[in-house]
Amino acid sequence: MKKCNCAIAIALTALIGTPVMADTEITILTVELDDQAQKQYYADIAKGYEEANPGVSVNLEYIANEAYKTKLPTLLQSDARPDAFYSWGGLTLSEQAEAGFTKDISSLVSEELKAAIPDGTLDAFRVDGKLVGLPLYVSDVLFWVNTRLTEKAGVDHKAIKTWDDLLEAVKTLKAAEITPIIVGGQDKWPLHFYWSYLALRMGGGDALPMAVSGEGEDFTSEPFVEAGKKFVELIELEPFQPGFMSANFDTAGTLFSNDEGAFHLMGGFTYPGIIKQAEAGAPLTDETLDVISFPVVEGGAGGDVTLGGVNGYVVTPGAPDETVAYLEYMLSVDNQRRGGASGFWLPIVEGSQDAIENPFFRKQADDVAAASHHQIYLDQYLGASVGATVNDISADLAAGATTPEEAADRIQEAWDFR
Amino acid sequence: MSTIPESFPERVGRTLRDGRFTAVILLLPPALVLFSLFVIVPLAESGRYAFFDWNGYGEPADWVGFENFERMFGHSVFHQAIWNTIKLVLVSLLVQMPLALALALMIYRKTPTNAVFRLIFFLPFILAEIAAGLIWSFVFDGNYGVAAGITHAFGGEPYFVLGDRTWAFVAIMTVIVWKYFGFHMMIYIAALQGVPQDLVEAAKIEGAKTLDVVRHVQIPLIKPAIMVSAFFAIIGALQVFDVIIPLTNGGPSNSTQTVVTYLYTFGLSRLKIGFGSAVGIVLFLAAVLIAVFYQRFSNRAVSR
Repeated sequence: MKKCNCAIAIALTALIGTPVMADTEITILTVELDDQAQKQYYADIAKGYEEANPGVSVNLEYIANEAYKTKLPTLLQSDARPDAFYSWGGLTLSEQAEAGFTKDISSLVSEELKAAIPDGTLDAFRVDGKLVGLPLYVSDVLFWVNTRLTEKAGVDHKAIKTWDDLLEAVKTLKAAEITPIIVGGQDKWPLHFYWSYLALRMGGGDALPMAVSGEGEDFTSEPFVEAGKKFVELIELEPFQPGFMSANFDTAGTLFSNDEGAFHLMGGFTYPGIIKQAEAGAPLTDETLDVISFPVVEGGAGGDVTLGGVNGYVVTPGAPDETVAYLEYMLSVDNQRRGGASGFWLPIVEGSQDAIENPFFRKQADDVAAASHHQIYLDQYLGASVGATVNDISADLAAGATTPEEAADRIQEAWDFR
Repeated sequence: MSTIPESFPERVGRTLRDGRFTAVILLLPPALVLFSLFVIVPLAESGRYAFFDWNGYGEPADWVGFENFERMFGHSVFHQAIWNTIKLVLVSLLVQMPLALALALMIYRKTPTNAVFRLIFFLPFILAEIAAGLIWSFVFDGNYGVAAGITHAFGGEPYFVLGDRTWAFVAIMTVIVWKYFGFHMMIYIAALQGVPQDLVEAAKIEGAKTLDVVRHVQIPLIKPAIMVSAFFAIIGALQVFDVIIPLTNGGPSNSTQTVVTYLYTFGLSRLKIGFGSAVGIVLFLAAVLIAVFYQRFSNRAVSR
């Protein structure tokens, strides 16, 4: 009998002892990346963390973009819930938090780190004042320019400061029989950048948050209708390549790399594709590439507002505390500097921005740093449903299938029904 | 030999004794459980979700009554989707099936050449829908595709049919006819091979021309096969989805949505699960109606 007790005691000690020794597994769910270098970067970080923290293993899972968005609600409600998942912030994140699929990590994140990230950026991952995740990087949308073509047409792209300048440049390029702008219209979101930027230029950084909170004027108000009108001014010049509504993001990238058009309004994430195409022999290389900020609209309220992404990871309830520690590790100055230097995106932690050497990303970082407000992509910021409506109306405006007033009404309608 | 009719208790007793009942008890549950779990329950669930405004997170809580249905029926894109689906049904019945029948009549005899043609005509059907969609998106591409080659040869401007609101759906219907006519053709070939040769010959001796034989002998005899193929064509047209996504993704300006792509675009990808369920219910009811109608129609046709 005594022997038996001993065995139980040993077993118990072993059991109690286990948590200290056992492997904690952290599962991080991310959207699939085409860029192998960036994927390797995340794998290296996971490996580095595992080496520094024996007993913790980091499990990186990837799901392709569209499937990611539709599968996430189901995954979050299942036993296979990841400990942290990739997020674009915005209304979708608020809805996830409302449904109880996020964890308040305000007290788990060190004050030093909080202080090292700009407050506006951190806000993207705050819901009702609580921090539910951590941003990892920022991206910025701007015009990528093929300088070989602008020079050929005699357009000084650096002198394009206002919307009217851009319209003039488009006319000059057209006269020189060069396609002014490349866009992947079939995907719709590349077109939504135009409407979004114009709405920001007209209404400033506040108009959107005010319309969303219901404190200000709604989406049928002047800045949003004006945005459509300004967009139509451009559309009427027929600036895009023939058949732009049947080209997707990938096709557009290929066309731009092959000197088929002078401008491409796109986020920094288009750059790895340009490099890849150049390596494969496409004519557009770093030497003939440049970037300019989205032009200012005269009479508008938001000249310096930038549009882009604030992306990071959201922590789910029940996730081990190591998850937050891991996110903090991802945000270490070293890791951030490496990401910035590799040209994946714009790092956000203080002391990492100067690692950006690439001039195109330098420009983006400077624009975002100087901006009075950095607006998250509207198709994320307004949530899945209203966001898709913004994409729809942008595509319809570009195709001449709707009017600016109707477009604004449709957004408000979608907003009321969300 | 005459048998005395069994009374009901006798029949139940015999069923119990001869082991059929045990067989039912043993063999029914797996199928019943799987069917209920993966067909009945999801159906009932989406029937419930259709009355909620629900984004897929947590439990549906926001009861909206018939609002999802009202919005759907009032939505111009939904009208377009319905109209496109009807167009697909019509094209399947009026273009695809006659084409398949004509080809089947040409190549139903068993000869080596016919076997080669059968294979060629059947190939599109074997191809995965997504792959077919992608291939055709290259064909239609005005910059680098076959379409570009054609416009270039005639010295015309590049033309992008998939970017054209008026013609994009015509392009899609072309792809769908191309993709599925081989399937219907195969049904007809099988049926035509079952038509007794002596009937055909008898008609010919009576002086019937080839077309008369087709009209008065072959088509009437393969009518059941035509009914089945029509049923497949209609149900297939209701479900068209994966060819459209790679071709146009429903665009430009939602001009090429079908009921299923509409469900996907406005229900699933916008995370309006309640709304999507409502669309699903409407689609389900339409399919059930067609199935019931078909049953009655085909029963009557057969009994006549």
